[in-house]
Amino acid sequence: MSTTSHEATGSDTPTVKMITGTIDGTDVTVPEGTMIIRAAELMGVEVPRFCDHPLLDPVAACRACLVEVEGMPKPQPSCAVPLGDGMTVQTQLTSEVADTAQKGVMEFLLINHPLDCPVCDKGGECPLQNQAMSVGRPESRFTGQKREFPKPINVSSEILLDRERCVSCARCTRFAEQIAGDPFIALLERGAQQQVGTGEEPFDSYFSGNTIQICPVGALTSEEYRFRSRPFDLVSVPTTCEHCASGCSMRTDYRHENVMRRQSGDDPEVNEEWNCDKGRFAFPYLQLERLATPLVRENGQLRRASWPEALRIAADGLAAARGRTSVLTGGRLTMEDAYAYARFARVGLGTDDIDLRARAASDEETDFLSGEVAGSCGPVYRELESAPAVLLAALEPEEESPIIYLRLRKAARAGTKVFSLGPFASQGLEKMAGSLVECVPGDLATQLDQLDDETAAALSQPGAVILLGERAATEPGAFAAMSRLVQRTGAEWAWVPRRAGERGAIDAGCLPGLLPGGRPLTDETARQEIASLWGIDPDELPATAGRSLAATVAQIHADAKAASEAGEEEEFSPELAALLVAGVEPDDIPNADQFLTALDSVPFLVSLETRPSEVTARADVVLPVAVVTEKSGAFVTWEGRRRPFGTVMPQPTSFTDAVVLALLSDYMDLATPPREVDDLRTELGNLGAWQGSRVSPADVPAGSAQQPGSGEAVLASWRYLLDLGTMQEGEPHLAGTRKPAVVRISAATAAANGVEAGSRVRVSTDTGAITLPVELTEMAENVVWLPLNSPDSQVLVSLGALPGDTVRLERGDV
Amino acid sequence: MSGTKLTPVITEYWDDAKPWSIDSYRSHGGYSTLKQSLETDPDDVIATIKDSGLRGRGGAGFPTGMKWSFVPQNDGKPHYLVVNADESEPGACKDIPIMLANPHALIEGVIMTCHAIRAHHAFIYIRGEVPHPIRRVHQAVAEARAAGFIGKNILGTGIDLDVVVHGGAGAYICGEETALLDSLEGLRGQPRLKPPFPAVAGLYASPTVVNNVETITSVPYIIRNGVEWYRGFGTEKSPGFKVWAVSGHVRRPGIYEAPLGITMRELLDYAGGIREGHELKFWLPGGSSVPMLTADHLDTPLTYEDMVEAGSMLGTGTPMVFDETTSVVKAITRWLEFYKHESCGKCTPCREGTYWITGTLEKFQGGFGQEKEVDELVELCNQIMGRSFCALGDAAATPYPGALKYFRSEFTDALTQPPDDLFSPSATMVIPSPAGVAG
Repeated sequence: MSTTSHEATGSDTPTVKMITGTIDGTDVTVPEGTMIIRAAELMGVEVPRFCDHPLLDPVAACRACLVEVEGMPKPQPSCAVPLGDGMTVQTQLTSEVADTAQKGVMEFLLINHPLDCPVCDKGGECPLQNQAMSVGRPESRFTGQKREFPKPINVSSEILLDRERCVSCARCTRFAEQIAGDPFIALLERGAQQQVGTGEEPFDSYFSGNTIQICPVGALTSEEYRFRSRPFDLVSVPTTCEHCASGCSMRTDYRHENVMRRQSGDDPEVNEEWNCDKGRFAFPYLQLERLATPLVRENGQLRRASWPEALRIAADGLAAARGRTSVLTGGRLTMEDAYAYARFARVGLGTDDIDLRARAASDEETDFLSGEVAGSCGPVYRELESAPAVLLAALEPEEESPIIYLRLRKAARAGTKVFSLGPFASQGLEKMAGSLVECVPGDLATQLDQLDDETAAALSQPGAVILLGERAATEPGAFAAMSRLVQRTGAEWAWVPRRAGERGAIDAGCLPGLLPGGRPLTDETARQEIASLWGIDPDELPATAGRSLAATVAQIHADAKAASEAGEEEEFSPELAALLVAGVEPDDIPNADQFLTALDSVPFLVSLETRPSEVTARADVVLPVAVVTEKSGAFVTWEGRRRPFGTVMPQPTSFTDAVVLALLSDYMDLATPPREVDDLRTELGNLGAWQGSRVSPADVPAGSAQQPGSGEAVLASWRYLLDLGTMQEGEPHLAGTRKPAVVRISAATAAANGVEAGSRVRVSTDTGAITLPVELTEMAENVVWLPLNSPDSQVLVSLGALPGDTVRLERGDV
Repeated sequence: MSGTKLTPVITEYWDDAKPWSIDSYRSHGGYSTLKQSLETDPDDVIATIKDSGLRGRGGAGFPTGMKWSFVPQNDGKPHYLVVNADESEPGACKDIPIMLANPHALIEGVIMTCHAIRAHHAFIYIRGEVPHPIRRVHQAVAEARAAGFIGKNILGTGIDLDVVVHGGAGAYICGEETALLDSLEGLRGQPRLKPPFPAVAGLYASPTVVNNVETITSVPYIIRNGVEWYRGFGTEKSPGFKVWAVSGHVRRPGIYEAPLGITMRELLDYAGGIREGHELKFWLPGGSSVPMLTADHLDTPLTYEDMVEAGSMLGTGTPMVFDETTSVVKAITRWLEFYKHESCGKCTPCREGTYWITGTLEKFQGGFGQEKEVDELVELCNQIMGRSFCALGDAAATPYPGALKYFRSEFTDALTQPPDDLFSPSATMVIPSPAGVAG
């Protein structure tokens, strides 16, 4: 990750040969290999099409795009014939042959297509409907019996198929095979009976929803949206996905203040035209039970309160705890809201105790994020695509950043070699034709240092990239080891967080010791820049780096212990007197129990939340804030790319976190900080890149894997894309496509522990146990893998263990 | 009697006791020049076939030597020969008899062809519905292998060759060469987008020659006897001999081997003429996929170019003959039902067009066609012809316009009267049906 990476790859862009052909009497110059249909588009000539899709290999099946090419006896499919130098093409605009051919195909397409547009989801935005209007006959000549199928069939719990509407364009099946790599739908039977279908397995793909969007008819629909709206009744707003750090461009469609559906946006630099099913279908949570009004605690019970009352109580409580408050922002805020917290903590609360990480983290990671990640921009999606080799470390892109997976799969199909350091070759890695470099959790740093020469040579090629996932935080020495590997190979690198808001919050300064714009708290110049931006004296900024989330929890417990020891008569003053918490899900945090007891025992707790949670239940003041559709802002992708989005549905009664913090500032008699998104963005933007010295990461020695004893194994785990995440609530059909939770162990490990294929395995710690069916997997010995947060497999909660820890393993039939 | 003589070459010794055995083939000179041929420079073999003027016998008549010469050399990729033995065309029955009676000529042709195109692996893809030739070709390959003609270091020449016999699963579309390749690769048989052509990227994305059974079977005879001998048969543009399979309302339906350029009148004579008491109504030179011809065309030479001139095509060279008892409406409907059933479904014009046309023709067959539909069907055929993905659509669009040209009145009659009333089903049958069963 360096600021020069773009220049480095920009200079060796291959020169494209341009050719000139003639379409409808007009010369057009395009890159060699451009299909006629694309060249025609460039000059504003729209040729009808169904099977054609710019991101799929041409199939030339629908024959709707036939044009006349001089010198060719038959009309040619313009989607599959590249424009040649000097080629003369006539489309339907100038050629009778092309016009007749297109109209003939359109007539054929309609004979077996039902006339159910009035009840079809696609009606109103249907390519077949639209092109039937422009190319079709006003009345059909066909008087026979239309082909019929029982309708609809579920190709998965979310995706429905009405086969009689299908025009056999094969977009969905090509998408599944070529883009997602999940060829679980295929064309079956032949002739007019040809139909899309599945085998015995359902359409098991994280990207299945894209098939609905590219279906040129209403054959594919979702359980979520089917029959719920008409496209012309929807208001569409371009948005950015809030589910992960891939940063998909999206379109959110709403009606009557309800989000009805979300579709992938078209952004060639990021998600191209695809998104994952979580981004597409996981939005009903936005409309589940919301916090309608502020709440305050009275006689131990939360009750509704007016904004002025709640703000008064919160402001007084926080003002009293000035310098002794800790701020936990969670990883889901927009960059602007995160910036408001970063500023409010330092100015309003006089504290540097601020941490965006509601997950396993380490001080080593704090230094790394502050010193190397904040404010940087590194390799981008296109560079992944052109990279000769990519190494994944502590990262499963298909589960943790699906658009990286799609881009890497595209790259791998064109020759990029993908390597992954992990305990076994995941399905995603196999679909990228990747190579596993076996790595037991805890051993990552050692493995990075000892990377074999062949892999290192691949990474030494210009343009090679190392992607380090956020799970590296639990791998001692991993960050320093990666730096050494970068030194050794010269590879580009990027750090890939899972949540959409983490990268933006790092840039905004939501880490202890890190001011906005990558500025170290301890650097004099940085302090001066920030102080002048915020209109305060540099001395008013906290002097030393504050507490992380883990340190905060530890301090609260220490305070509680000290308080109980101090006895009732003494006036006890805790080190931490208040907590300000935004969007933190306790179950995501290691040792959630300790976190919750800390919330219970901290003297004053203010929660800014959208929905009732375990945090709001313990808060003294709850201030409701806007969900993502009610506000504008920006998420920052793993690349460091800002993805601004606008408000979908303005709600006069809902405030962003930044507005609430500004109101608190008012109530605390402080200067009002900027509260509007544009102002926050401008202020942060005015700061510019940090040119001074950065935190240099501590040279943490490389860790190595634990050596489990008899009946034990090293725990490996990561989250499935679709799991028990709270932002997936409210959409049971999507939940139906989750991968089942299994325990993975090698055959030898199974045999050593009396486990047979088909039996169940009990994984346990002193905290608790998880029992799941076993899936014998080719993987490292004495390692056990299970999903981190799936039904029947909540590792953090049930086991209280982290990847790399030792757990017990036994046969678990009972 | 006819001016053109029968010239049995491929069929010369089919009256042997076991013509399919390797001993029988060898006793007639088979494999005698194989070693010599394998020691010839491959380019010379290609040149010989080019010079002979041999044209593909699968229907399209593409010059065989030229097809071989398209295979890129020294490209580092394996090359393949695939023999298209998926003979499924209605009316065509020549490849199956050849494989039954003379499989070793096919195999020797395969060996010589593989040498020419530098292939070390050949596949014979045989139509799945015909287990008897599959068994026989398997047996013949085993015999040839035992004799050292297939395998490692053939006859000490250092040439390796493996031959695989593969039975299809029963789909007409797999006779289309790229669909055949997909099927052979284990995929669903549907035609591939061209380019790339099989000669560049065919089986397993490697250079591949796909040739018809009769084409490959002709090769050893040409190599053994030379270009001049071969060009002594046939015409300038359509040289050589051909296995004609005559079927239908003739006295002696069967296989007649004669040079290209023979006329249908002569072939009819060899076949004993039209059945007793009947007269010719129409005939098709090569399967249901070529336009029909009438008695006016009996003296047109059966060559690739003359048949095109006459408004038809030589096709597979398997004439179907129909006498006056035949209902054209019913014949056309049968064929369209076949194409509808066999359309692979990939492209719109063929998939939907055959569905629509067949439905309409079935109405005519029932005697309740509509007048506007008589010409509408021609329009529908024109909407398929030249618009479909592969030649199957073109084939499906061929029979009706041809039939209408000569027998329009039969279609207008069918607006009010079922063809069965005008053409007794039992009268048209070649083999009398059991009592009470109508055609």
